[in-house]
Amino acid sequence: MYRYDQYDQALVDERVAQFSDQVARWKSGELTDDEFRPLRLQNGLYIQRHAPMFRIAVPYGMLASNQLRCLAQLGRQYDRGYGHFTTRHNMQFNWPAIEDVPAMLAELAKVQMHAIQTSGNCIRNITTDQFAGVAADEILDPRPLCEIMRQWSTFHPEFAFLPRKFKIAVNGAKEDRALTWFHDIGLHIVKTDDGLTGFRVIVGGGLGRTPIKGEVLREFLPWQDILTYCEAIIRVYNRYGRRDNAYKARIKILVQALGVEEFGRQVEAEWTHLKGGPATITQAEYDRVAAFFAPPAYATLPAIDEAFVQQQAESVPFARWVERNVRPHRVPGYASVTLSLKKPGTAPGDVTSDQMDAAAELADRYSFGELRVTHEQNLVLADVEQRQLFALWQEAKAAGFATPNIGLLTDMIVCPGGDFCDLANARSIPVANAVQARFDDLDYLWDIGDIELNFSGCMNSCGHHHVGNIGILGVDKGNEEWYQITVGGEQGNDAQLGKVIGPSFAAADVPDVIEKIVRFYIAQRQDDERFIDTFRRLGIDAFKVAVYGDKARLKAA
Amino acid sequence: MTTIIKNRQAVADDFSTVTLAEGETAETVALPAGPLLVPIAVWQARKTELQSRGTPVGVWLAAGEGPEAIAGDLATLPVVGVHFPKFVDGRGYSTARLLRERYSYCGEIRALGDVLHDQLFLMARCGFDAFALKEGKDIAKAVAAFETFRNPYQAAVDQPQPLFRRRAA
Ligand code: HEM
Ligand code: SF4
Repeated sequence: MYRYDQYDQALVDERVAQFSDQVARWKSGELTDDEFRPLRLQNGLYIQRHAPMFRIAVPYGMLASNQLRCLAQLGRQYDRGYGHFTTRHNMQFNWPAIEDVPAMLAELAKVQMHAIQTSGNCIRNITTDQFAGVAADEILDPRPLCEIMRQWSTFHPEFAFLPRKFKIAVNGAKEDRALTWFHDIGLHIVKTDDGLTGFRVIVGGGLGRTPIKGEVLREFLPWQDILTYCEAIIRVYNRYGRRDNAYKARIKILVQALGVEEFGRQVEAEWTHLKGGPATITQAEYDRVAAFFAPPAYATLPAIDEAFVQQQAESVPFARWVERNVRPHRVPGYASVTLSLKKPGTAPGDVTSDQMDAAAELADRYSFGELRVTHEQNLVLADVEQRQLFALWQEAKAAGFATPNIGLLTDMIVCPGGDFCDLANARSIPVANAVQARFDDLDYLWDIGDIELNFSGCMNSCGHHHVGNIGILGVDKGNEEWYQITVGGEQGNDAQLGKVIGPSFAAADVPDVIEKIVRFYIAQRQDDERFIDTFRRLGIDAFKVAVYGDKARLKAA
Repeated sequence: MTTIIKNRQAVADDFSTVTLAEGETAETVALPAGPLLVPIAVWQARKTELQSRGTPVGVWLAAGEGPEAIAGDLATLPVVGVHFPKFVDGRGYSTARLLRERYSYCGEIRALGDVLHDQLFLMARCGFDAFALKEGKDIAKAVAAFETFRNPYQAAVDQPQPLFRRRAA
């Protein structure tokens, strides 16, 4: 993965000094709360329900074992021994003291990490596919271009005070695993028939209270032009995006107001001045950065390891884990492993400091010392030898990472919700745990098969509920916690928004409702149709009837 | 006389900034003696009068106003002001870059309004070279902000080559 040189290191060190000074000036009263607020946000520091919340960037999801050990140590020393992985390749700590954050940043800088632009109205951490560089369906490894874009966006002088936050996702494979249709800018790496490499540029997607699927702004942009083209997009947004109402300030609202054609015309007009300028990426820079992502020293192995096949035949639990948590790899004899952070009864995405150390250890021993953070809030060991999988599985089990549920109902995306978040309408973790408990029978879970359940504690949609096959959203009704359910959302190439199934439910009813939906699917599915396929065939009304019975039928009539 | 930051130093400044209060019109607003920074409306309504005063006159742009509106007059303006109604309103950064990079403006670009220590570094990168710091803020301390980062990544006005081109060299 990318390693800092003296320039990169100097920038994060200078950031630590800058932020320490800002905290000191705030403490002395030189900086008012209002003046300090955006500064701390741009360092990932929120003030939350119980304490500040501190968000650390894991750029495009890549994490070295020593970095994870640093996070483990920070969790022990400054938090309560755990952290939380978010959907955007960040780690959040829930309990640090503001005064400690400069020291935490200094520790992070030592392992080439930071909290730069993890919040605030600026360009945020750039996210990508957790299987970048190892996926069989990859067109080009997106990570070198993500790193080049990370550098470009870091302290971008023109775009530090945009109308609202700005999120970019890049996908380099045929299957979209980075939710690119729901980002401010979504990029698909594409190759033309003439062998040119570049991006399909999608703009104006987003979740939140006004979920909108992005629109294609340009079918093909040469990769060398991505920085100047993004500058053109963001400049148009910076100048003309709404600033009168925070709820209408995202770029999606501007794109909708102008229409994508007119927005595109303005971007192209701006770009004619920037195109070909010094920010055009050079081949030399691409090569310099790409060298950091060169394949590791893989062993030469048979495509199928005999012992590994044997172990699966002998142990059903191991075979199950392999089926759900292990993915084929490009290189013969290798596999990619997802460490599940969704053990039922724990907060999805949470990881203890001891687990972080354990995962770092696994990475060192089995996967070239590197891990990835997924937007589904799990960890990935991307390069594991098949012949080591059995040993890895046993260790992962001991550390609580081996729940064989990747892609199943209990592998939910869940935001922190009312237990931690000031903006929440309702708690998400206990209700998610109640749903997990309802589906604790592994055979049943397996029979249900691929399904995504996503959960947000309010309409800000941090838990991606809009794009869950089943989405749960916390709503506030007369100061009580209620939950609205959507069905039929999905991520990926055919990403779409779920549809609200009807009036919301009390917390205690949520597991029942999910069960009704799932039972209906099982009764209706044809052959090995996935949940989402059955939904597409039957439509929302059928699911309404399944949940609300005749009341829904009357309404539908 | 007020004190502003210019070329990274505190200097005395005798420009008066004209604003249109409620009920005042560009045509009739009283203009104080000495160097002036006027809103676009006043500039447009009274250009001849302003140019014959014999003292420097600049125009200041509100946050929603771009350099397009004064593009034809830039050569005659020694100062262009860019107003920040709130420091979190970042439109002025684009305005300054456009003035420098698109319109090749080489006069003074002065940040006005909610101009604070922690934004000076970014503003300077975008082409601002004068800063009327918000009242009550410590100018002597603020000038240190220009040194926050020595080698930033991006191409901008102060450094037209991105780090990746300088790194390679
Ligand atoms: C606990 C502190 C958090 C706060 C205060 C917070 C705040 C917000 C707000 C206000 C929005 C809506 C932005 C908009 O629509 O313009 C949002 C969106 C989002 N947040 Fe969070 N969030 C928090 C934690 C998280 C966590 C833990 C995750 C991941 C699990 C996350 C990931 C996201 C994502 C993916 C979106 C929606 C995508 C989009 O912006 O379109 N956030 N957050
Ligand atoms: S969705 Fe709402 S409750 Fe959940 S973390 Fe985001 S802002 Fe908080």
